[in-house]
Amino acid sequence: MSCWDTVQMYALRSLGYGERLLPRDDFTICQQVTLIGSGMMWNVYFGVLALAAGFFLATALALGKASPQLWLRKPAQWFIFVFRGSPLFIQFFFAYFAFLSLKQLSPLFDPFSSAWMGALVVLFLNTAAYSGEIFHGALMSVPKGDMEAADAYGFTGWARFRKITWPTMLRLAWPAYTNEAIFLFHATTLVFFSGFPARQQKGDALYYANYFADKTFNPFIPYPILAGYFILVTLVIIGVFGLVNRRLNRHLPVARKMRMRLRAPLMR
Amino acid sequence: MEAAILTACADPSTLSGLSWLVCYLTTGKHMAFYGSFGTVLLLLAVTAPVALGFGFAAAMAARSRIWPLSWFGRGYIAIVRGVPDIAFFLFFVIALDQFFEWLRHEVKCPDWDQPVWQGNDFVVCSAAKLPLNNSAQWVHEAYGFSLAVITFAIVFGAFAANVLYGAMRAVPRAQLETAEAYGMTQRQTFWRILVPQMWVYALPGLSNLWMVLIKATPLLFLLGVEDIVYWARELGGSKTAKFTDYPHGDWRMWYFLALLVFYLAFTWVSEKVLNRLMARLTHGQATVGGEAQRKTVGKAA
Amino acid sequence: MKNILIGTAALAMLATAALAESHSVVRLGTEGAYPPYNFINDAGEVDGFERELGDELCKRAELTCEWTTNDWDSIIPNLTSGNYDAIIAGMSITDERKDVIDFTQNYTPPSPSAFAAMSADLDLESAVISAQTGTIQAAHVTSMGGATLLEFANPDETIAAVKNGEADAVMADKDFLIPVVEESGGDMSFVGEDVALGGGIGMGFRKSDPELREKFDTAIQSMKDDGTLNALIVKHLGEDSPKF
Repeated sequence: MSCWDTVQMYALRSLGYGERLLPRDDFTICQQVTLIGSGMMWNVYFGVLALAAGFFLATALALGKASPQLWLRKPAQWFIFVFRGSPLFIQFFFAYFAFLSLKQLSPLFDPFSSAWMGALVVLFLNTAAYSGEIFHGALMSVPKGDMEAADAYGFTGWARFRKITWPTMLRLAWPAYTNEAIFLFHATTLVFFSGFPARQQKGDALYYANYFADKTFNPFIPYPILAGYFILVTLVIIGVFGLVNRRLNRHLPVARKMRMRLRAPLMR
Repeated sequence: MEAAILTACADPSTLSGLSWLVCYLTTGKHMAFYGSFGTVLLLLAVTAPVALGFGFAAAMAARSRIWPLSWFGRGYIAIVRGVPDIAFFLFFVIALDQFFEWLRHEVKCPDWDQPVWQGNDFVVCSAAKLPLNNSAQWVHEAYGFSLAVITFAIVFGAFAANVLYGAMRAVPRAQLETAEAYGMTQRQTFWRILVPQMWVYALPGLSNLWMVLIKATPLLFLLGVEDIVYWARELGGSKTAKFTDYPHGDWRMWYFLALLVFYLAFTWVSEKVLNRLMARLTHGQATVGGEAQRKTVGKAA
Repeated sequence: MKNILIGTAALAMLATAALAESHSVVRLGTEGAYPPYNFINDAGEVDGFERELGDELCKRAELTCEWTTNDWDSIIPNLTSGNYDAIIAGMSITDERKDVIDFTQNYTPPSPSAFAAMSADLDLESAVISAQTGTIQAAHVTSMGGATLLEFANPDETIAAVKNGEADAVMADKDFLIPVVEESGGDMSFVGEDVALGGGIGMGFRKSDPELREKFDTAIQSMKDDGTLNALIVKHLGEDSPKF
């Protein structure tokens, strides 16, 4: 059987298409690369959607935490504290328990005990908390002068936020936010590992890597393959976020751009 | 006290209510659970400085003018940061253990004629075993623990290196130029000017790293260390009367709740301490430092 | 960096200081989460059928044994890389595993695997069935046609999934399920036919370690011959469990 046949059989296995039975003997490198790659689709799915949705909640949380209103500030503070203060491992555990009991109340919650929905919600809340903290930090360090200039030009309310505060906040937060994105993609490997059960052997990259390590009794091939895929994903993230960063900083003189890049702290 | 508990708990099936609970919470297994909190704290206390050391070495290597060294430092930072820590933990400890045993094997048994790899088996002479087969159980546990420390340190060292590398470059260029103008050598400039100044820039990143490190400890059980998550699962799972004197249903919820409280409390204390440290580090720094202080306190809070 | 080197060196010296000849201590690896075969008792020690069996075998083979627990997932790689010398963890003898490690003769007869569910009239062919990842039962469910496999990392979770309705049935060794079904107060019952999987449970050894395997094999044979093994099976696995 050629490698191309294997790819056709297993490339979409993680979504439930193609060959039903996973390989059981005569394991080849090609099978491992194909199936682990197939599982990567789930990691990308969780990562991209959680990040995209989390971005908006994070902005809201940052504004909430910076708000002078107590009833806005306290919930935002607590949300960020709880989700940043506890391991994702434990969050998955509680979420799975909670979703199972909600399921008894209404069939509306049925999808939540499956990974595609339930784990996505947990990852979304988790990344929103971490990004919210990063955005809050950035919001606090928006230069006073920028705001005064905005006032002088007559910007108020929504327009001031949309045109001045928000872009500056993003610009300041971007290096740390890039790190958060990388961490989030790494965190997606926990979904099937500790959180949610895998149904019909449809799992993420780590699930298949684990499967092969288990069947071949040799961890030294599947896990490095998994690592290779993640290094690729990380490079893509750094590339894409770098482009956005360039766009966010396009109005700055070169020297200041350099300084921005160098001050990048690791936030998470 | 202990003796009193032991006699009172001799037959738990006759107990009820609070006395049952007291007996239940003082079983040997629970003692091991409480002990594992110490294990986790010890791991954090040991790993943090070691990882910082790895990070510092790697950041220095990455800055080096000798290209193989710089290439190595950058490669280490990029690769380890790019890989999820679980994937690393799942195979790296076995590899590290084999590496150490292989080194000892080469030294201790030079006239061993069989291959180290025999099919799937990794075989070294028994004098090269780490720890030796007949050493006490605690030696095995201590060895497993140190492997875990090294693995954690290698992973988090890469992140620390990234932070320190950024911090070294954030120290204003003018400071270094002034040092050179005063006739300091490269070495002196690095150790006397750059290193003392970079910590202010590095601390926000490092304190975040500390928070991530705390939250990575539930993965310890992957490294073969019986940590709090291992015991919480073990104790919380439902127990039938046949295998324990204290049968109960699925109590994992309560045990995990205890872990949640532990982690939240630990995070809270860490935040307080780190904020204080940051305030202290920036104290007395020039106006730029004051400005930086205002910013970083906002970030870390 | 320096600290860790010193630490490792210190440990290495400690280990060397405790010198003695090879194999004077045999390390037995088990999972500690699979009653009645092996579990951690209230005192925090390994207990169960295999604890008693292992201790008796070591006595007969005149070996000093130490128990150690390891996660099921990595139990075989850790044996082959030499972190312990034998696996005694309710591990069924299968061809797949025989490619990598050697087994002694079985110390339980091929015992059936069974399905347990909350309702007795379940159609297994279209059910969602939970099993522990990497077990022969999980492999069996994937080959059952219409059944859906739901995998969990440890045996407790497979039972919990049936109780909370996530799975319709659980598949595991019958000996593991018997106490679960008995204790459930009638909620759970066995469904469908028992399935014979694997060639019984044996101890696993490195292929490069035939002498040690030989010693345990002889000890198991002697326990079979004088009937003590059957007595142990009855004591831990119950009257109904198959005997030699």
